[in-house]
Amino acid sequence: MKGVRVEYAGGTGRIGGWLMVLALVVLAAAPAWGGRDDLRLLSEIYAYVGLASLWNLLAGYAGLVSVGQQAYVGLGAYLLFALTLRAGMPPLWAIPVAGLVSAAVAIPTAALLFRLRGHYFAIGTWIVAEVFRLLASQASVLGGGSGLSLPAGIVTSIAATRQAREFLIYWVALALLAAVLLLIVWLLRSRYGLALKAIRDNELAARSNGIDVTRIKFIVYIITAFATAMIGALIFLQKLRISPDAAFSVNDWTAFVIFMTVIGGIGRIEGPIVGAVLFFALRQTLADLGTLYLLLLGSVAIVVMLWAPKGIWGLIADRFGWQVFPLERHVILDDRGPGPAGGNPTPWRSTPTR
Amino acid sequence: MLDWINVIVQGVLVGGLYAVFAAGLSLIFGIMRLVNIAHGDLIVLAAYLALVTVQTLGIGPLSALLIVAPLMALIGYGLQRLLLNRTLGDDLLPPLLVTFGLSVIIQNGLLEIFSADSRRLQAGAIETASFALMPGVSIGVLPLLSFLVAVAVIAALQFVLYRTALGRAFRATADDPSVAQLMGLDNRHIFALAMALSLAVVAVAGVLLAVRANFDPAIGPARLIFGFEAVIIGGLGSLWGTLIGGVLLGVAQAVGAEIDPGWQTLAGHLVFLLVLAVRPEGLFPKVRG
Repeated sequence: MKGVRVEYAGGTGRIGGWLMVLALVVLAAAPAWGGRDDLRLLSEIYAYVGLASLWNLLAGYAGLVSVGQQAYVGLGAYLLFALTLRAGMPPLWAIPVAGLVSAAVAIPTAALLFRLRGHYFAIGTWIVAEVFRLLASQASVLGGGSGLSLPAGIVTSIAATRQAREFLIYWVALALLAAVLLLIVWLLRSRYGLALKAIRDNELAARSNGIDVTRIKFIVYIITAFATAMIGALIFLQKLRISPDAAFSVNDWTAFVIFMTVIGGIGRIEGPIVGAVLFFALRQTLADLGTLYLLLLGSVAIVVMLWAPKGIWGLIADRFGWQVFPLERHVILDDRGPGPAGGNPTPWRSTPTR
Repeated sequence: MLDWINVIVQGVLVGGLYAVFAAGLSLIFGIMRLVNIAHGDLIVLAAYLALVTVQTLGIGPLSALLIVAPLMALIGYGLQRLLLNRTLGDDLLPPLLVTFGLSVIIQNGLLEIFSADSRRLQAGAIETASFALMPGVSIGVLPLLSFLVAVAVIAALQFVLYRTALGRAFRATADDPSVAQLMGLDNRHIFALAMALSLAVVAVAGVLLAVRANFDPAIGPARLIFGFEAVIIGGLGSLWGTLIGGVLLGVAQAVGAEIDPGWQTLAGHLVFLLVLAVRPEGLFPKVRG
């Protein structure tokens, strides 16, 4: 087995990589071409793309179907308020710290939740989120059930002028999303990634091939909690106001996130991005419909799940073989041994594994 | 001391209600491994249906059940045949997502029709009637009645499952769907009947909820969680276990509320997590999850 190497991505993966860099540059320049509302909308989209990508990692790859990720959105958000208000930490520094503390909280939580399987795990995560919500509403130092606002002094400590503040927070939101996506790509390309894909495709087979499934799931759960909490902290830094019901909302931070992921395509990294963008496109056009819009969203999610379970990106990827992120592995065999024509390396492509 | 007896008695009675929330959930999970996220919202839907029936026909809540229960059963049969049967399989995501979607649809649909105002079903003089169990401990007639209904519902489900041909079909399909099909059972029909039965129980839960407390379109998810906790605490597959689970949850909440009103729901969740940590299979498991 001389000269076997693994290559990532074919043509579209490479093009996709450049497209992503281009998109990043254009989006980073948004303060130059967009108004205040555009920046606000884009930041919100980034947050949802991040949340959906993380949920996709958790459920689509690691098979941990959680309906309780609002636990970490809310925890991160509350930690941001606690760290800035009660410990005097600068808000932007409080974001990563909130992530780390949440990851630490996720360890004992996971130890408890991992005693549950499948559906039980799903509802168990929700109950944990409810416990967090109720504890937050008991914390009178953080406003109790009615919540509290971030005082102006802390807000202005980010940057002096309102415009500078908005630009800075926008860039932080974009950078956080880029970091989350890079983290996920890196994770999927590492040896854990191969294991995760094996788990996604067949957990039992993965286990029998010697993959420590529980350990990998545990790691993914903690990483997801870490990143979800940072996104939560940033969301509420922009909202400037927090309450237990808003921070731990199952509909806002889990139901919609799941709908986006499934509509876009679960188990593929592009899926949540497509889903989130579509979600916002729909919301912008149908905003006048109010609750009817949510009715429509629920119905679309059901229809996609039942009749196109791979989601929109799944349909596109299967039809055209596209991929934006270089994740597909090809085994290239440089055949220098006693081959038929001797000498010349003949690249041999395996069936690609996504 | 008397205070605590009072608290525990009230907790036990509320627990009966939780057991009714849980019974329908437990039934369909046992038969087709489907966790119905919309279960709580269906309970609220039943409560609204009862409200509309009572208001338009001018009848009492219990008589309204004669209309609401068959109606909910019909909805259950239709849902299962049209949507939920397609989600069954090894993958747990489709049923979870589809019922999540249903939950959002029902919540917002109710919000659209009935607004966010909280409602209540009037039951007349019985609402305030009570009698003394012993000096210092009195029991409301309505809570007692709802507890007795809970016991009756559990007993009836137990009877259906273990003493009737339908129950045999349910158990056979739960044990091995493909063999059941070979024996001439139509699984899709059996599953739809199970969902119909589950939603008939949901109708009972909805009416009991509506006469005991205020309700609005948003309270469904919390009812789902209480029901789910009762199922897990009691142990999967055991209906009487579910009743005990509901009672334990009710008592935990009542005791929590007595210590500090803010701790009511939290105390219930903590007891649930404790059971999970110590005995994840529940207190009286009949089948292994």
